[in-house]
Amino acid sequence: MRSKQSQLEAQSIEIIREAVATSSNPVMMYSVGKDSSVMLHLARKAFWPAPPPFPLLHVDTTWKFREMIAFRDLMANESGMELRVHINHAAQKEGISPFVHGSERYTDRMKTEGLKQALDAGGYDLIFGGARRDEEKSRAKERIFSFRAPGHRWDPKAQRPELWNLYNTRINTGETIRVFPLSNWTEADIWQYIASENIPIVPLYFAAERPVVKRGDKWIMVDDERFPLNAGESPEMRLVRFRTLGCYPLTAAQESNADTLEKIIEETLAASSSEREGRLIDHDGAGSMERKKQEGYF
Amino acid sequence: MLDALRFITCGSVDDGKSTLIGRLLYESKQIFEDHYQELERASGKYGTQGKELDLALLVDGLQAEREQGITIDVAYRFFSTENRKFIVADTPGHEQYTRNMATGASTADLAVLLIDARKGLLTQTKRHSRIVSMLGVRHIVVAVNKMDMIGWDESAFNAIVTDIHALVENFGFASVQAIPMSALTGDNVAFHCEKAPWYTGPSLLEYLESVDVSKPEAFQPFRMPVQYVNRPNSEFRGYCGCVASGSINVGDSIRVVPGGAEAKVKSVVIWQGEQPTANTGDAVTITLDREVDVSRGQVLSSVDDPIEISDQFEASILCLSEQHLVPGRPYLIKLHTAQVGVTISNIKFKLDINQGSHLAASTLELNDIGEVTLYTNLPVAFESYKQCKTLGAFILIDRMTNETVAAGMINFALRRASNVHWQSVEINKAARATLKSQKPACIWFTGLSGSGKSTIANLLEKRLFVAGQHTYLLDGDNVRHGLNRDLGFTEADRVENIRRVAEVAKLMVDAGLIVIVSFISPFRAEREFARSLFQEGEFVEVFVDTPLTECEARDVKGLYAKARQGKIANFTGLSSPYEQPDSPEIQLNTLNCSPDQCVQTILSEVIKQQ
Repeated sequence: MRSKQSQLEAQSIEIIREAVATSSNPVMMYSVGKDSSVMLHLARKAFWPAPPPFPLLHVDTTWKFREMIAFRDLMANESGMELRVHINHAAQKEGISPFVHGSERYTDRMKTEGLKQALDAGGYDLIFGGARRDEEKSRAKERIFSFRAPGHRWDPKAQRPELWNLYNTRINTGETIRVFPLSNWTEADIWQYIASENIPIVPLYFAAERPVVKRGDKWIMVDDERFPLNAGESPEMRLVRFRTLGCYPLTAAQESNADTLEKIIEETLAASSSEREGRLIDHDGAGSMERKKQEGYF
Repeated sequence: MLDALRFITCGSVDDGKSTLIGRLLYESKQIFEDHYQELERASGKYGTQGKELDLALLVDGLQAEREQGITIDVAYRFFSTENRKFIVADTPGHEQYTRNMATGASTADLAVLLIDARKGLLTQTKRHSRIVSMLGVRHIVVAVNKMDMIGWDESAFNAIVTDIHALVENFGFASVQAIPMSALTGDNVAFHCEKAPWYTGPSLLEYLESVDVSKPEAFQPFRMPVQYVNRPNSEFRGYCGCVASGSINVGDSIRVVPGGAEAKVKSVVIWQGEQPTANTGDAVTITLDREVDVSRGQVLSSVDDPIEISDQFEASILCLSEQHLVPGRPYLIKLHTAQVGVTISNIKFKLDINQGSHLAASTLELNDIGEVTLYTNLPVAFESYKQCKTLGAFILIDRMTNETVAAGMINFALRRASNVHWQSVEINKAARATLKSQKPACIWFTGLSGSGKSTIANLLEKRLFVAGQHTYLLDGDNVRHGLNRDLGFTEADRVENIRRVAEVAKLMVDAGLIVIVSFISPFRAEREFARSLFQEGEFVEVFVDTPLTECEARDVKGLYAKARQGKIANFTGLSSPYEQPDSPEIQLNTLNCSPDQCVQTILSEVIKQQ
């Protein structure tokens, strides 16, 4: 009997190969998080001994944790793949910041708009993303091969039927397909796989003393000097880790002493809140993720 | 611990599918605190349970679903107990979303079929049980829900169980388990119901935790469809794929099908190493001991029991599109990793969902289930769906819109293509064309009735004739008096009309002629089919672009007047669509150009081609 893990792995490798075999200009979104790490690892497995025959694309919002950027460059180098980095320079010039403009407007400009710019500039017809169905309700509804109309729009009411492992990858000019090889993985599957395959991940996932301040009921890390401290406020050192990674002002840390993979897995299995709770943008009003996705966000 | 269980919930609208999944997530403690708080908020806003939590909102993740209180698309949820992991697909109950239900069912090991105890078996119950059986789901749980609404009435439950057994008697399920329950209160979902002491069977969760869905593996010859050829440099050439059945060892011989080349397995490559064997379900890269021609869509197969090939099949299909499936129309078929042209040659019958009886049909419409014969334009390797799902399941894709129009399962091949050979002839098209000193071509006029096709086509033939060219004009009206006099004007007949004319034009081009075809030919798909019969540059599509108002004003044959009076059904432009060409070789505007000028435009294009 095959283990659930090897079934998941084989299914994901099949998806990645199918996507590459039927597209002309594929690219893999690389967001540096644990899911990206697993997806990249699976892609390398799928095409070994060759490196994966497509570039990695990172939409840099300029507000990522510094450790993420260092890790990103390291992994691109190790995998032998080309890394393409895109920044929405227009928004950067306007000084768009999550602290000043609010998470919704910031995400729209630096992430969604930046992503669309990068995809249009690259002319990619197929884009790998690391999203999982267990993350959020509207993601649970998405196909593995998710069709996008020109302008990157997702129409949740008109998704292509997706039976068996037969993916309809045909598109016309201007249309694209987003492919989610990790659709059927859960957060626990990801961690167990990282442990059993020894997959490198950003150290921020492990508990360590880090400088944080309290905002609302959440701990936010002061990753650089751009963090606007309130009068009299100073960062305190706490033993924290991140369950999910994004832009540092929008990603809450949790107090934890899980400094090994074994402890992280134990903590994940016992968790009483979802991992995306630490993501501030998911809470911008009901159905916010679905709306962002319709507009082109991953 | 047993394998992870993949199951779906199905049944009619409002039978409580989403509520049941919400309940399973809730009872198995899979709801995170922040999701729970969100659920409390949403229940107040959209909930259908008054002040109570509406568990369906945990699953109905789309805004439109929450607002309308229905499930539109399949949602995949994950939960686990101490004994098993589960992937559950919550599928919609509305008939219009049947294709989303089929999407969920195609990968399920088990189906939980919900029935509202107050309503009994409904049309959708029957449709869904038929679809899950057709897709090869071998186990069903009949969840008789809302038992609390009828006071846990044992005789009502028994009556439904009798009905369901009568319905599924011939569906070939390996097990059918009926459970009385209430998803709303949770009784018999995770814990036993005290209000129904007469039921002594397992609760739903107990049953799902223990049911054995593994299948005795009777079918074991090695088969691996080639997905991708990995050729990073001249030293390495590997064939990537997932093993669909059986296993293979390094040193074993394999045959490449279709094709027939044989070679020995040199290595089974995996991440940073090699392994001695590839087993069913493994995603591997295989290298061979000699150079053979292998590409995506071929199947690496055992030599002792090689996979068969054919180009004609009998299959069961489910129509997934609002476009009708029409015999004669060209589609693409995706069967494992192969993708080739395909045509439905005949609809054997359409299934009556309620009675299970067979109905005659000339087309299949959205959500219809039927049995058809198909022929592909190239032979492909296959197994019957019963024998091996991976090698017998397929989808049909529209060539123009790229929509997935049907899902199907091969029942058997109608003939073995290996016995069929083209008669090779020594006097060929080139020889015949040389004798006539011309380049054969098919000039295909399309446009509305009264647009001026025949006038221009006639004039064109005269000009060519005078210039010493060998021509023939096929005109819509004339052909319908002879070759196609058995055809009417329904969509299916129009498709066949064009198919025959295209084939005749092809024979004439083969004979070395310049063939002028003047047909309304309203559908893009058929014109593309006609084009596909000819070599590059041989087919010239001429779109006679006269606006409908102008055609109707001219009304040379008085047909528009009759159609307006309702005396002609399916009249193109009025009661039947005309699909304009996207990129015809020539587009003629008859409002600004005389027939002479139009012919001149065509001649200069044809001469350019010569």
